[in-house]
Amino acid sequence: MFDDSSIIAGLEIGTSKICVVVGEQGADGALNIIGLGQSRSRGVRKGEIIDPAQVEEDLRAAMFEAEQMADVEIRSVYLGVSGGHIRGFNNRGVHPVVSADREITPDDVEDVVKNAKAINLPAENTVIHAVRQHFYVDGQDGVTNPVGMLGARLEVDMHVIHGNANRLQNAIRLVRATSLEVDDVVFNGIASSLALLTNEQKELGALVIDVGGGTTEFVVYSNGVIRHSGVLAVGGDHVSNDLAYGLKVPLSRAEKMKIEYGAAFVNDAVKGQTISITNELGLELKRINHEHLQRIMALRLEELFELIAQDLERAGLADYLRAGVLLCGGGSRVPGIVKVAENVFQMNVTAGHACAISGLTAALDQPEFATAIGLVKFGSLKNRQRTDRPFLKGLFGRLLQRS
Amino acid sequence: MENPEQISFLEPIAPPLVKIIGVGNAGITMLGRLDPAEFSVAQLAAINTDSSGLGTCPAPVKIHLENKLLRGLGSGGDPDRGRALAEEQFSTLKTACEGASVVFILAGLGGGAGSGISPILAKAAREAGALVLAFVTQPFECEGNRRESQAQQSLEQLKSAADGVICLPSQRIFKLIDENTSLLETFRVTGGLLVEAVRGVWHLLMRPGLIQVHFGDLCALLRDRHAESAFAFVEATGAGRSREVVENILSHPLLDEGRALAESSAVLVSLTAGNDLSMAEINRVVDQVKRQCTTAQIIMGAALDPELKDKLCVTVIAARQDSASAGTKILTETRTAGPSTSTREVVVARTPRTRKSGNKPVQTQLPLTIVSKGRFDKSEPTKHNGEDLDVPTFIRRGVPLN
Repeated sequence: MFDDSSIIAGLEIGTSKICVVVGEQGADGALNIIGLGQSRSRGVRKGEIIDPAQVEEDLRAAMFEAEQMADVEIRSVYLGVSGGHIRGFNNRGVHPVVSADREITPDDVEDVVKNAKAINLPAENTVIHAVRQHFYVDGQDGVTNPVGMLGARLEVDMHVIHGNANRLQNAIRLVRATSLEVDDVVFNGIASSLALLTNEQKELGALVIDVGGGTTEFVVYSNGVIRHSGVLAVGGDHVSNDLAYGLKVPLSRAEKMKIEYGAAFVNDAVKGQTISITNELGLELKRINHEHLQRIMALRLEELFELIAQDLERAGLADYLRAGVLLCGGGSRVPGIVKVAENVFQMNVTAGHACAISGLTAALDQPEFATAIGLVKFGSLKNRQRTDRPFLKGLFGRLLQRS
Repeated sequence: MENPEQISFLEPIAPPLVKIIGVGNAGITMLGRLDPAEFSVAQLAAINTDSSGLGTCPAPVKIHLENKLLRGLGSGGDPDRGRALAEEQFSTLKTACEGASVVFILAGLGGGAGSGISPILAKAAREAGALVLAFVTQPFECEGNRRESQAQQSLEQLKSAADGVICLPSQRIFKLIDENTSLLETFRVTGGLLVEAVRGVWHLLMRPGLIQVHFGDLCALLRDRHAESAFAFVEATGAGRSREVVENILSHPLLDEGRALAESSAVLVSLTAGNDLSMAEINRVVDQVKRQCTTAQIIMGAALDPELKDKLCVTVIAARQDSASAGTKILTETRTAGPSTSTREVVVARTPRTRKSGNKPVQTQLPLTIVSKGRFDKSEPTKHNGEDLDVPTFIRRGVPLN
């Protein structure tokens, strides 16, 4: 009989598409992607839901497709969230070691983590992730497991990602309304970086930029931990909107031209060239300057990277990215975007592939699906943690059998 | 008239003698709203051309400017009459300001008395040897063009005559009140905001500062830069008060939801709290404000007032650089640290030039290019350092497409 608990589904409610990825986790913990469903998203702007009814309809379509392809029933999902309201920051917790022999016990570790989580958030915000970075024992840096060490003062750095509780709840409620359970809520940027980065890259230090339809998430890993994260509510929609405004064409037309003729920098070959827009009968309606199209796009994308670069500069992380920058999301398909990012960040930039999962067919390895694949990966990591605890597993197993 | 030496003899740590003068009906109303207990050290005075307004005023010193031409009917909304009257009785005004080291002028611009007398009063006070700070309101847009242009003109004059002007455009109040607010209440709010500003500055001067803000700093901040100076006064209590205060500052309508900070060239942050004020709190507030205005010069001060208990009050004054006076900015900054007399010399030396440029009629421009945000028109704007990222980049950067 099929063991249900090894099926993991990731759901991303994006601005341009709703995407469900189904993965199967084998007994050895290896993850296999077995299904994918997607539908055009019509009720989301800048990563936030503006029309729940519309989103629900699209969500059901994507779910149906994924279930068909994977031939399983999806009961629960890991839900990816994004939006301009989400913020990340680092917080340090301090705890004095009080025991007589000054040996750090697991209780001390628990306390210091609790202290680091006790942060002053605005009342309407809630914590999405609190990720442990490194411990400090009496100021000694880079301790990963302080239990058993001697010290008087234990500190820990946490990376806390928080967002507006109501807006997060909106997405969760919507998923529950389609009679699905939400296993966990994951920040899209973290999901993408899980899909893209190998452990080695995390150790070396890497920046993952997910250029989506309505938002752009970025996450910095260094020394194996998350050091920085953020969201800019700017994405591919903005590029289309700029084109629609600058070239005076309808938005849908701008969207098409972006995909067909767009580039992230002004190509010398297109200077002086024009694109003619024709109606359905093949009559020419308008001529568009190709150079203008690319210039508008180039300015927007360059600005986007500059904003991220400034943010990293402020966080003092620009020198820690030895594995360079990885791009994903639909925006990373724009021709020449790697070159533009290289110019801005002055470091090695690659278009990311979801390399961290085995058994991924090439058809699924698209930059747009990185987030959803990462969500599945997040789920598998969580499952593995759970199976590491035999007592809990036994309890769960018994409960499952009983029900 | 008391003289300043006598006062400094009586009080070993002599705070500056402050005179608060309300000009015109609006000014007198605001004067009446100052808490007498709080401002007990200050000398209050009222000036008006209309005797009825003066009658109800609690201020001990009342100056009724009057001549036969007015026939006891006031200035009739004509600032020229007010000005002529004030110039005629310049010596009276000067005597009234004598002895003070700081003079606050409260006025509502747009009418006859406030617009006409305030600049002359500022000049008189300066000649009497006081530093002059004016707190004025500009009329609502619905009060008509004439009052608006009168207010504008008077504001320009006031800027060149006073050491500092804090100006509150009443139109902004609409963001603070809801639709059902009565007219009386609206005026009360407007006056109240200005009174808060007066209180904020007053506390800067009077409270024992942990980190002192000198009046000279304040004047240097306001002088020459007041293309527009925006201010906000916020307070919060409880454990998360510093965070709350920052939130309130950044969402304050008078600071354009924090955008005014991003555009300003100099920002003054003054914190007042009970004895439990911690350095971390100061740091948190100032740091957050600083983050909003990376390019601005920041002057910060902190003071204690045991009566506030666990309340934290923060006054933020943001001054935007006037492009015309950009060249003189460095000069002002280098003098900031000096004693007030030296800053005064700088002002006096520059006054004629400022006044000339200030009074030049400026050709106003209508905002002809309305930048549409397309599909993001109705969504929440994406703000980043005061820039609206929804507006196409090539428009914000002014890249020509031809």
